[in-house]
Amino acid sequence: MIRRILAPLLALALLAPPLPAQEPAGETIVAGLSQTRIAITTSFSGSDVLVFGAVRREAPIPDGPLQVIVTLEGPAEQVTVRRKERVAGIWINTDAVEIDRAPSFYSVASSVPLREALTDTEDLRYSISIPRAIRSVGAVIEGAPTFVEALIRIREEEAHYVDEPAGAEIAEDTLFRAQFRMPADLTEGTYLTRIFLTRDGRVVDSHETAIDVRKEGLERWLFALSREQPPLYGLLSLFIAVALGWAASAGFRYLRR
Amino acid sequence: MQIYLPIAEISVGLFALLGVGGLVGFLSGMFGVGGGFLITPLLFFLGVPPTVAVATGANQVVASSVSAVLSHIRRRTVDFRMGWVLLAGGLIGSSLGIFVFNLLSRLGQIDLAVQLSYVLFLGLVGLIMFQESMRAILRSRSQPGKVPKRHQHLWVHRWPLKMKFRASGLYISVIPPLMVGALVGVLAAVMGVGGGFIMVPAMIYLLGMPTKVVVGTSLFQIIFVSAYTTMMHAITNGTVDIMLALALIVGGVIGAQFGAQAGARLKAEQVRILLALIVLGVAATLATGLLLRPDELYSISSEGHA
Repeated sequence: MIRRILAPLLALALLAPPLPAQEPAGETIVAGLSQTRIAITTSFSGSDVLVFGAVRREAPIPDGPLQVIVTLEGPAEQVTVRRKERVAGIWINTDAVEIDRAPSFYSVASSVPLREALTDTEDLRYSISIPRAIRSVGAVIEGAPTFVEALIRIREEEAHYVDEPAGAEIAEDTLFRAQFRMPADLTEGTYLTRIFLTRDGRVVDSHETAIDVRKEGLERWLFALSREQPPLYGLLSLFIAVALGWAASAGFRYLRR
Repeated sequence: MQIYLPIAEISVGLFALLGVGGLVGFLSGMFGVGGGFLITPLLFFLGVPPTVAVATGANQVVASSVSAVLSHIRRRTVDFRMGWVLLAGGLIGSSLGIFVFNLLSRLGQIDLAVQLSYVLFLGLVGLIMFQESMRAILRSRSQPGKVPKRHQHLWVHRWPLKMKFRASGLYISVIPPLMVGALVGVLAAVMGVGGGFIMVPAMIYLLGMPTKVVVGTSLFQIIFVSAYTTMMHAITNGTVDIMLALALIVGGVIGAQFGAQAGARLKAEQVRILLALIVLGVAATLATGLLLRPDELYSISSEGHA
């Protein structure tokens, strides 16, 4: 009886395609986030996100140290980078390069510097490092790479692009964690968290989760009104301005009496 | 204490915003300028995106102008008839200015055009006012008691369509005020300001209006021009931030009240020379920005979600 059931199963297993090359050692990620929703309210001043998890494996630990890379990526935007040049004594914008997709926020934390944790081929394949996370095709102007470098430099200064070579920890080749600081000037949208396990620079397993960043309460209401009913929003802002202007004048007259 | 701005999408200190609003409101009440030429650079310094700063600045100018104009009306220093004539010209000019603004945006040089016109007009107006008010102060010191002749009959006064402006003590053609209003309207739309800093000297030197009436009348027409600008920005760009405006207004309306009282205590020449110095200071700051090599040659502007 049992043999009759097992036989087709065994046949199926033999016929099944080999496991993807990505997970030769059979190590998989089990992960969690400290929060999957971030509410932007009036008093919002940034948020901390903790990504944590463990490596599940059925076989003994293979040779070579296991590394972990965690990325947090905000909604992508189209961006124009302009360069100033001196023309007739004054500094004006001359050349511009359009970058098709640049994340509004990008943070990458790894257990060792990225260059050691990842080969270039794997970086190209998974778009992990900051320059790889920005896509610019069809940039025709000469020296376009310097414009991309400028974008990264400016956004790194604003703490919108963060590279933390020691921001992630892995213990006993099994438990890992990474902490992210999200700034106060966040763009609304879905933030993608990606976790990569690497061994000898090759990705062993990857895992994705999303964090929903949304304005809430008054912020949500005002933002929606300004987008859906702009004339009404404009009138509301004028009404507030006139009413407060009048109230201040009346209030001061009352105080002086 | 931090406050998150829903349209600007940043978090800014509440007291910094109240301070900026208060300072600009004080100047607004004192000089009859909207303060748009100050509020935009100050907000930019706090990290507010320029488009949001310009649009929200216009909204805050409405509030401080309403607050200040009410105290001017009580002191009977508003020439309503002149205000309406200037406003008629101003709305024509604004519409024309918005057309020019869009044209320059398409050419990709709007930032430069705005900065250059700031430097040019602020510098010119500041220099003329400074020179004139210095002369007036020196004259009143050397010959006390002798009042200089107010009604100089300029060429513009001989034009047809004459109208009586009782509060200003003028009987002149409506064409010059209409032209002044229109010119200021164009500049207001292109530079994103109320235009008081051009309107005030134009009223004094081109139309020959007495300084006391000039401030109230300028404020009166600025209310409408900046209300128009606010609506245009809210509808076409969605860049007016009510939360930001609210913080600026609360500081601004209080500042405007103190400003109007301080202005009433000062002599006309002193008010003019102070305004001239502030205008020159802003022009000089902007000029150095254009002339010196910037620390960062590159700038980023995002065009929405890809």
